[in-house]
Amino acid sequence: MSVEEDDKKPFLSKKFDKFFTGLANAWSFVSRFFKEVLLPPYEFKEIIHQCYRIGVESLPLISLTGFIVGLVFTNQSRPSLTEFGAASWLPSLISIAVVRAMGPLVTALIAAGKVGSSIGAEIGSMKVTEQIDAMEVSATNPFKFLVVSRVLATTFMIPLLVMYTDFVALMGSFLSVNANEMVSMSTFFVQVFESITFLDIFSSVLKSILFGFTIGIVGCYKGYNSSKGTEGVGQAANSAVVISMFLIFIEELLALQIVNAIRAL
Amino acid sequence: MEEKVVEIKGLKKSFGDLNVLQGVDLDLHKGENLVVLGKSGSGKSVLIKIMVGLLKQDQGSMLVLGKEVSQLKTKELNQLRLKIGFSFQNSALYDSMTVRENMEFPLVRNVKGLSKKEITYKIEELLEAVGLPQSINQMPSELSGGQKKRIGVARTLILNPEIMLYDEPTAGLDPITCMDINSLIHEIRERYNTSSIVITHDLTCAKETGDRQAVLLDGQFKAIGTFDEVFAHAEDQRVKLFYDYNFINI
Repeated sequence: MSVEEDDKKPFLSKKFDKFFTGLANAWSFVSRFFKEVLLPPYEFKEIIHQCYRIGVESLPLISLTGFIVGLVFTNQSRPSLTEFGAASWLPSLISIAVVRAMGPLVTALIAAGKVGSSIGAEIGSMKVTEQIDAMEVSATNPFKFLVVSRVLATTFMIPLLVMYTDFVALMGSFLSVNANEMVSMSTFFVQVFESITFLDIFSSVLKSILFGFTIGIVGCYKGYNSSKGTEGVGQAANSAVVISMFLIFIEELLALQIVNAIRAL
Repeated sequence: MEEKVVEIKGLKKSFGDLNVLQGVDLDLHKGENLVVLGKSGSGKSVLIKIMVGLLKQDQGSMLVLGKEVSQLKTKELNQLRLKIGFSFQNSALYDSMTVRENMEFPLVRNVKGLSKKEITYKIEELLEAVGLPQSINQMPSELSGGQKKRIGVARTLILNPEIMLYDEPTAGLDPITCMDINSLIHEIRERYNTSSIVITHDLTCAKETGDRQAVLLDGQFKAIGTFDEVFAHAEDQRVKLFYDYNFINI
């Protein structure tokens, strides 16, 4: 279709066209990932490098946030539970909340902001400065080197970060419970592990894998398809965060429905 | 200089309503330095991007080393790409890697079985050839524009290409660095027996590096020949203007 014909289309029609074209492109990008991930050569060195960047370099931020989440959530929940004489249930409440929802969600949202934007900006800038073309003309597959390695790294590392966040959040909660209710660490953690089930942990890990994949693939897709120079790089980083966060909430909602349905069986 | 390494016939390429190349014919002979001149946006870079399969033509044929680029499968295209060195306008060095890693990148992925010693030797040899042996551990951000161009050229040479494509090799550089780059293009041809296409709008670069000049205007080559053939007796007013602007209107 010529540009002139496209200009004559009504506003809504153009928006629909753009939306569905984007959807088709995203689908073909995801399909390409699953095709390329299985085919050699494998960029192990780059995958490990990315795992380090995504995992280790996120630790300070994740630690601080996880700790504060655990501490604040405990302090906020205490008055309500005390009112009903159920303050002793604090460890159970916190463990269920952290393991089932808050740990994965908080970690994924922070990673979407930190890791997703950095992937979008990095690949976007490589795209506009022709570095991706340079890889291609040197007979190297840029998709494998840039996209597959980063998506695998986020998919591997986010679940590990989630487990770490859960632990740090529970430690934050323990400090508060210990200071106010004089509960020992062993009592606290016995209560924590009594409250959570295998399904809680399993669903949390599965969700985290999905969140990790989403953050990686969205960041790479936005970066890989960026244009319009430096402005495009900014847009790629920005939309990588916004879209990842949006998808993470949708996935959380769907996962919740599925897990609840399994629990009801 | 008779054997043709690149044969372009009736090549057409459009972007939307914009017809960039409108039936282009051109040959590159073995061992030759061919300069493609034209104003910005005339499709010079598009031409060499089609040559390495970064873009696909709408019509016409692009034979590189006897192979029709648009017909090649990914594996065959990559085999062909190994024989073509592409020096980008902005050097396109991988900015998260050092100069050594930039040069290692294509080498370790395309040449199997090289020891660390052999890789280092090859890198040092090429850095020596482009006059920057001391830059091996520097990051691209620590290099000047001219140095980046040289490293970019060294990176493409590491796979021993038969054809070199230079996209605006002197753009944005001072006159002295331009002279250095022009000499480097000559040296590379002598030392590595390459055939080259130099894309530029800098007539000094064209005159110094090219055996033949081809002027691309309105999607077609308006003049092809030696520098004197093209510019001394230019019939097309715009070709004449191109010359006048560069050499008289300074």
